[in-house]
Amino acid sequence: MTESWTRASALLSAETEDSRARDHLPAACCLLLAVLALSACGNNTNPSPAEQPEPARPQAVARSPQRIVSIVPAVTEMLFAIGAGPKVVAVGSFDKYPPEVRDLPRVGALIDPDVERIISLRPDLVIVDKGQIDLQRKLANARIATFLYALGGLDNVGRTIRELGTITGQARQAALLAGTIESRLASLRRRMAGLPRPPTMLVFSREPGGLRNIYVSGGIGFLNDVLEVAGGANIFAGVHRESLQVTTETVLSSAPEVILELRYGAAFTPEQIERDRASWNLLASVPAVRDGRVYELVGDELVVPGPRVVDTAERMARILHPEAFAR
Amino acid sequence: MIRRRLLVSVAAFGSLAVAAVVLAPFLGTTPIRLSRVFSRAIPFAENPDAQIFFVARLPRALAGALVGGALAASGVVLQALLGNPLASPFTLGVSAGAALGAMLAITLPLQLAFLGASPIPIASFAGSVGATAIVYALATARRRGLSTNVLLLAGVTLNAFFSALILFVQYLADFTQTLRTVRWLMGDLDVAGYFPILAALPFALIAFAIFAWLPRALNLLTLGADAAAARGVDVLQAQRLAFFSASLATGAAVSLAGPIGFVGIVVPHLVRLIVGSDHRVVLPASALFGAAFLVACDVAARSVLAPLELPVGILTAMIGGPFFLWLLIRRQ
Repeated sequence: MTESWTRASALLSAETEDSRARDHLPAACCLLLAVLALSACGNNTNPSPAEQPEPARPQAVARSPQRIVSIVPAVTEMLFAIGAGPKVVAVGSFDKYPPEVRDLPRVGALIDPDVERIISLRPDLVIVDKGQIDLQRKLANARIATFLYALGGLDNVGRTIRELGTITGQARQAALLAGTIESRLASLRRRMAGLPRPPTMLVFSREPGGLRNIYVSGGIGFLNDVLEVAGGANIFAGVHRESLQVTTETVLSSAPEVILELRYGAAFTPEQIERDRASWNLLASVPAVRDGRVYELVGDELVVPGPRVVDTAERMARILHPEAFAR
Repeated sequence: MIRRRLLVSVAAFGSLAVAAVVLAPFLGTTPIRLSRVFSRAIPFAENPDAQIFFVARLPRALAGALVGGALAASGVVLQALLGNPLASPFTLGVSAGAALGAMLAITLPLQLAFLGASPIPIASFAGSVGATAIVYALATARRRGLSTNVLLLAGVTLNAFFSALILFVQYLADFTQTLRTVRWLMGDLDVAGYFPILAALPFALIAFAIFAWLPRALNLLTLGADAAAARGVDVLQAQRLAFFSASLATGAAVSLAGPIGFVGIVVPHLVRLIVGSDHRVVLPASALFGAAFLVACDVAARSVLAPLELPVGILTAMIGGPFFLWLLIRRQ
């Protein structure tokens, strides 16, 4: 068994075998959730709510590190956005943005970090996920400082940026960036205030060419937060989970007025996108399908809780409330 | 005598299966109004009740019946062929081959989608055919005839080998793909429409046609190959047909719904407890009871955690595992 498999099965069986236990999923599940969100093609998964309030904390970091390794795509984006990019010497397998990371060495990701490679790069700061206990231990043994990243809701983005600013000595730029993101989100929120909030289903994964294995955003996590900011009402807001798999029956009975589907991780032809959009037509009685309000959003940034979340929120808002942008 | 037992058991298990398929679409977490479901006055596209009944629930019930019947019957045939009560449709590597095909279709950007249909069932059926061919070639390689020992060993080994390849594919895949592959392995009957069922149906029907011919030969095979030959059974041909039909049924079922466990092993044993060990009765009764069992499990699977779905393979294993252990203890 690879770890990923074990974690994944632990996650899914825990998800399904005992719904009451979902508020305190085993640590393994949080790990898988972190795994998912760590990849650029991750999804809207976050650590369980019990762990959520705890933000990433700097771990005995030397002042202004000069050689940073980040294997968390969201953090890599943040580092570049606050001007610490030149200090990044290596990134994870799934880091795609900004373009500067393309030529940087790759040192694995959440389930397969290459510890030897990381140590050989002589970093003075390694950004790892909170769930990577093993990697943290090994780096501690090598006396390399780590920054533990924990996923959270939308508010976690600004918080993490500020913390990174403090650690890297870019506090001013970090405060500026976090402030811009937060004020843009706040102004979007104001703009959407008072507008009707269409019941929306946010889909982030399903089997291509059909309506099997539909995964949607539950009522917590950054994707849910982004949808709420963008003026939508998540039809699964009452489900206290980051993600859930829904049946066609659930889609029919919950009758979303808008279906937003996130596509990422590959290049899609317009025909492919159109064909995938058309597969929803099977559920013709769903208001979103009937009224032609099924939207496919394409872009790897959609599932990265980094500085670009605000662009995603504005993009969703334009779809949900075109009237608010007409002026 | 046997004719009467056959009639009684087919009537009993048959009505169970029919009842399950007919009742299942009426059950679920969403209340639907029957007057609206069957109303001709409301256009189908504007009738959520009818859509829930005909698009969401009825295909699931039909898929459950097809898969449950195919897996249970295939379990009966393989247990007789291999002379091993622990044999199941997943013993001989067929389902592992199907799983490998599905894993590859999920993780590689394969463009074998026909008419926009999912490539996963196609790749998984191809995988099951490949595995069947390999196991058969191995079992017939060393001597004339088909060695059931080699068949069993080759199948089990191939299972392990394919499982390793599956883990390798999963390890290399990105995380969302890994999640999808893991989900596929849990089995799923929410086929959303009739096309996937119609695609699997011809293969299942061919397998069932062969099953209908098999029971007498299976009865004699359980006495041993020599004894069967002495009573005029063409042993090699019977073994071949048993192996290929069981593999075909398994491949069709797994490509439609993923490897749903325990149906193929628990149902035959349970049915034998009730009707005895004559394959002329056990085989059709198991197919019918397997259908009823899986349809019932699926109704529970889509209801207990709603709006979440419980993967049906987890439920069958949770029911089947303890039940099988109970059988084991009871026997001794």
